[in-house]
Amino acid sequence: MAKAKGAIVVDTVTCKGCNICVSACPTQVIKLADQVNGKGYHYAYMANPDACTGCSNCAIMCPDTCITVYRVKQTSAEPTIH
Amino acid sequence: MADTYTIISPENLVYKKTDLLLDNVMHYCPGCSHGTVHKLIAEVIDEMGIQESTIGIAPVGCSVLAYNYIDIDWQEAAHGRAPALATAVKRLMPDKIVFSYQGDGDLAAIGTAETIHACNRGENIVMVFINNGIYGMTGGQMAPTTLPGMPASTCPTGRDVKRDGNPLKITELLAQLPGTCFVTRHSVHTPGNVRKTKKALRKAFENQLANKGTSLVEVVSTCSSGWKMTPVQSNKWMEENMLPYYPLGDIKDE
Repeated sequence: MAKAKGAIVVDTVTCKGCNICVSACPTQVIKLADQVNGKGYHYAYMANPDACTGCSNCAIMCPDTCITVYRVKQTSAEPTIH
Repeated sequence: MADTYTIISPENLVYKKTDLLLDNVMHYCPGCSHGTVHKLIAEVIDEMGIQESTIGIAPVGCSVLAYNYIDIDWQEAAHGRAPALATAVKRLMPDKIVFSYQGDGDLAAIGTAETIHACNRGENIVMVFINNGIYGMTGGQMAPTTLPGMPASTCPTGRDVKRDGNPLKITELLAQLPGTCFVTRHSVHTPGNVRKTKKALRKAFENQLANKGTSLVEVVSTCSSGWKMTPVQSNKWMEENMLPYYPLGDIKDE
């Protein structure tokens, strides 16, 4: 089965560090940064990029819509028949 | 494994902020459910291609500045009077899509009369009802929807039913009225619930296009500042305490 590989881009200026994306991520990709943005919030970032599947759960939960999601399907070396 | 930086390119895009959401940074507290619901409404309007013909009625409450965030036409209503204003707008311009966006203090307290009569007349509008069980903007006072035993700034020891009365399940009340065609309750505390809420909003707007009557979508939501919790704790508290009293699902669907 083709495994999806994803990546997110967080708009660190508008992120308010509410932690909702961290709790929504099924693969524990996101964490809050030690640094703060201009408003003093610990913004979210991809702490574990390899685990991201591009499921968009974080982005649809984000109250400030500051997450953009990208995804590619990884084709395995042996093609499988569905 | 593809490199993270090579994945980030326009052809791999699966989710981005809809163009209907303006670039203004929302004034809501971190983790506020209003932001999520604003986004869902913007996405639904965008997907249905009704941006040019939609008029929103903004309430009084935390979401009083909703017109700053979604790129459609808006009208600001006096406190609680959004259904009355929506009625006027829809009757004067029947070809427009009209929705009101209200909190529980607006829809279930000061605007109860307008709400009930708009639903009873079966006005062909959509009402979005955000229920967080508290007056968020003014400092977390007790609202009609505050749960028994739930602390608020005007009842720090919790709501006493003998003294303060019972919480008002206005959505169930409105489902009794013959004018309403679609009454449903959802939440936005998990990704699955967010998707369900979006579907319900879409259905409500489609009902209006089909001239079916009033559609009411209640969204049980959180107020982390008013409840004095973190956003994640509020979501958990809501699931454990609010949802048993305000069960999710369709109450009426005709």
